Amino acid sequence: MTTASLDPTGAVEASTAPPGADPETKRRARREGWKRRLPLMPAFVFVIIMTQLPFLATIFISFSNWTAFSGNKGFAGLDNFKTVFQDSDARSAVVTTIELTLLVVLISLVLGIVIALLLDRTFRGRGIVRTMMIAPFLIVPEAAALVWKHALFNVQSGLINGSITQFYNWFGLKNPPQPDWITSHPLGTIVTALVWQWTPFMMLIMLAGLQGRPMDIIEAAQVDGANTWQIFTKMTLPHMRRYIELAGLLGAIYIVQNFEYVYTITSGGQNTANLPYYIQQTFFAGTGEYGVASAAGVVVVIGTIVIATFALRTVLTVLKEES
Amino acid sequence: MRSTQRVAVSVAVVGLVAAGLSSCSASSGGSSGGSKTLNVLMVNNPQMEALKLVAPEFTKATGIKVNFKDLPENDLRSTASTEFAQQANQYDLATLSNFEIPIYAKKGWVADLTKYTSDPKSSWNGKDFDQSDILKPMATSLTVNNKIYGEPFYGESSFLMYRKDLFKAAGLTMPANPTWQQVAGFAAKLKKGSTAGICLRGAVGWGQVMAPLTTVVNTMGGTWFDNNWNAKVNTGGFAKATNFYVDLVKKYGEPGAAQAGFTECDNAMIQGQAAMWYDATSAAGTLVSSKYGSEIGYAPAPVEQTKSSGWLYTWAWGVESASKKKDAAWKFISWASGKDYLNTVGGRTGTGMGWANVPAGARASLYTNPNYLKVASSFAQPTLAAINSADPNNTGRSTHPPVPGIQFVDVAEFTDFGQKVSQQISNAIAGSTSVSSALNASQSIAQDGVKAYKK
Amino acid sequence: MAGAVINRAAGRNKRAGGLLSAAAWVIAVLFIIPILWMVLTAFHSENDAAKNPPSFFAPLSMSGFSDFWAAKPIPPLLNSLTASLASTLFVLLLALPAAYALSIKPVRKWTDVMFFFLSTKFMPIVAGLLPLYLVAKNTGLLGNVWALVIIYTSMNLPIAVWMLRSFLAEMPIEILEASQVDGAGFFTQMYKIVVPLVMPGLASAALICFIFSWNELLLANTLGGNTAQTAPVFLTGFVTSQGLFLAKVCAASVAISLPVLAAGFAAQDKLVQGLSLGAVK
Repeated sequence: MTTASLDPTGAVEASTAPPGADPETKRRARREGWKRRLPLMPAFVFVIIMTQLPFLATIFISFSNWTAFSGNKGFAGLDNFKTVFQDSDARSAVVTTIELTLLVVLISLVLGIVIALLLDRTFRGRGIVRTMMIAPFLIVPEAAALVWKHALFNVQSGLINGSITQFYNWFGLKNPPQPDWITSHPLGTIVTALVWQWTPFMMLIMLAGLQGRPMDIIEAAQVDGANTWQIFTKMTLPHMRRYIELAGLLGAIYIVQNFEYVYTITSGGQNTANLPYYIQQTFFAGTGEYGVASAAGVVVVIGTIVIATFALRTVLTVLKEES
Repeated sequence: MRSTQRVAVSVAVVGLVAAGLSSCSASSGGSSGGSKTLNVLMVNNPQMEALKLVAPEFTKATGIKVNFKDLPENDLRSTASTEFAQQANQYDLATLSNFEIPIYAKKGWVADLTKYTSDPKSSWNGKDFDQSDILKPMATSLTVNNKIYGEPFYGESSFLMYRKDLFKAAGLTMPANPTWQQVAGFAAKLKKGSTAGICLRGAVGWGQVMAPLTTVVNTMGGTWFDNNWNAKVNTGGFAKATNFYVDLVKKYGEPGAAQAGFTECDNAMIQGQAAMWYDATSAAGTLVSSKYGSEIGYAPAPVEQTKSSGWLYTWAWGVESASKKKDAAWKFISWASGKDYLNTVGGRTGTGMGWANVPAGARASLYTNPNYLKVASSFAQPTLAAINSADPNNTGRSTHPPVPGIQFVDVAEFTDFGQKVSQQISNAIAGSTSVSSALNASQSIAQDGVKAYKK
Repeated sequence: MAGAVINRAAGRNKRAGGLLSAAAWVIAVLFIIPILWMVLTAFHSENDAAKNPPSFFAPLSMSGFSDFWAAKPIPPLLNSLTASLASTLFVLLLALPAAYALSIKPVRKWTDVMFFFLSTKFMPIVAGLLPLYLVAKNTGLLGNVWALVIIYTSMNLPIAVWMLRSFLAEMPIEILEASQVDGAGFFTQMYKIVVPLVMPGLASAALICFIFSWNELLLANTLGGNTAQTAPVFLTGFVTSQGLFLAKVCAASVAISLPVLAAGFAAQDKLVQGLSLGAVK
């Protein structure tokens, strides 16, 4: 297994001229600096224009009294932010986002580790099992959400309740239970569907991690009489830590922003609206509360910056340890 | 020397990319337009699916191409409100309901169609559109200040559908004008095993659970607001009706009622899993060809304090004010909402085709058409009677908000607070909250929703 | 689960091994059932698809696919293809030089730049949705597939920069130095030496960018309108509030997932590299 490192070339920034150097050296150093920066510039500038400028505009709009129905009625001060903090829907969207992300990341991580351990052995049909496990990740999310809602969880025509009926019929039993999954467990159904789609992702990273274990050392420990559990907790898990962190972080980045599942399965009903759905609805449904939705967007970004600062540090250690 | 070369090449590449981007965008921007192409935004109900299939005939006759975008109802509403509010001109016309059209008309977002309706030369085939043939309640609900802003594609009221065979077997008879108490009594006797006594919408959405519920509220003497925009949601008739409705559907209704809307109840009736169903008159066409089709009877919307209580709803064509192709848009409307269109789809088979499924409830002449009456005899008159008895300006209530509307309150904010209240009611049907706490929450949601109007 | 370790290492304890293999099979079957059910339902008639208990052995029917075909899927599929392929191409064109400037000849504070790129992925796209909509509207780019190309490029660029950087960082620096001595310019160096060496990295970056663009719904729904409707948006139109739709929704789901399924199965290992931003190879 090869690993990325943050600084494999050992390159030292060449454009830092030593202090007190003559003007010619300084100029050359500056030119060298720009020469290095130039290939970076198109991507850097493009990303700034496409991500930072819209956000600046959002900040601007968040201070305005603007709805789709009544037009822009000028400066609103902090009113929109007050609305966001007082709105129980907005608060519930924050809680739902955190709950949803944590549940999905944790459950799919644990499942991913277990399945990766099961697959990290040679047995008949291992390749087929691996391929079957990857498949859920390759279904278009909107398609997956529609299938879960209408073909699996649906109280009348879904496969789950249908199988219960079939099972009861086989044994000659009457009145099979037909639970209304989406109504009774709205967040649970969303989490189930998301875990189904994201477990393969976690599993793939875990498999890569397992393949990078130092087998010679593990075999030596076995010869020395270490038992299976000791090897797992003392050797395998510590080795896997950075992969677990990496998978968790990346999974969180993608799942926090998930829109399709909430939009399709519950349409935000029964307090299942997460932040992307809440903001999208505030923008475009109803009277189009541009100011309030923008304020919510600003709050979300500030919130994620706080979390991201922490999370990015984790990435840093993950990548540094790899070298 | 080498470095300047590199700079030059880099700049050239970036420039090429940028030029490529802009030239591509220019060229593909052109393909979306053309004066002979209409962009139509519509809800994806079967009648619209059928329209899509026969649209090539319109193109053949007029040379006007039509691009359709069809969306589920909720998506259609949010797309349309953004589109019309921004006058973004992505679409020339859209299916809008009698809820949106008066609101959009007051904002100037939909175009006045009055001059076209009386000008045969402007129609697709040069024939008179015959505006007087449009059913009066429909025309009224799409007219603001004597100007016509929409033409109905199809319209509906609500009525009670029931299984005559199950009534007979249980020794029951449906009265000519049933009351809600009688209906509840029937439902209790008809619920057996997997057959629900009655199917009622319980799904979230102001167009879902709130539509039938609000008609029950109206006839039980309740209202969303009084004339001064004071919310009346957790008191009087509104509370009584909600308790009644939730109780009825929980005790004798369909399983999974909190997720059930038109489709779910329609399926339940088709598969013989419900004995009664209170819903749109347009449902009748989908039932008539089903297994139990010949056993279905139709009664007016159940009442209590008022004489009638059916709702009034239509999917109508509205033209965006910013559209640059209004003449072509009218040609399309005069075709789709015209008299001949019924023959176009009536004589065919397929999704939404055939006489039983023609867009009904818009034109009076349909109800004297022998082809239609041959298949629709059982429900044609009940439908027409229901529509004609629905008056958005007079529901028979003693108190009502200062805007028209039967199953909705015709202000823009209703999409928002109606949705949130429907959420509360749906939760009560699911049993995750009590009716009284759902209504108390709804009261403040409703009051907050109209704060812009309350003096 | 700990048994797996021993089993792999020593190959003994056969019965436990058999149980573990069986467990792997059972879990895999559970994960594949929703997909198999989706495919089977796609080949049933609408009436059979809505049955309870399910009609596993109902006669196969193409009606779902013919409904899908009748809805004219080619324009949305072409839009998706344009948006995904063009944005992927632009991402690679922009990301490779940037990755070069962050690894082989790194700029000052290159780690900060890396984290800036990643931090943009943390920012919820919805926060900038309204400005993007308004700008698109006022520049006439609403309903234009190139608006999606531009936005998808910015959406995937940070991931691609991270991935390609981790590939470039492993390149033997001597080769590059040798080429510079030979007098090769930046572009010659890129084209002749860097690109061939990071081909595997480019391939996995391309795969990931393609999948994410193909799957995207929120932005396409907001900015695509009628003329730039993409496949996932097209899919939402099959759910009707009146009438049965299960078979055609499943047929459409199968059809629009096929390109991603094919690409993903063909390049399973690339998928891992891509998703982990190139940290796992």
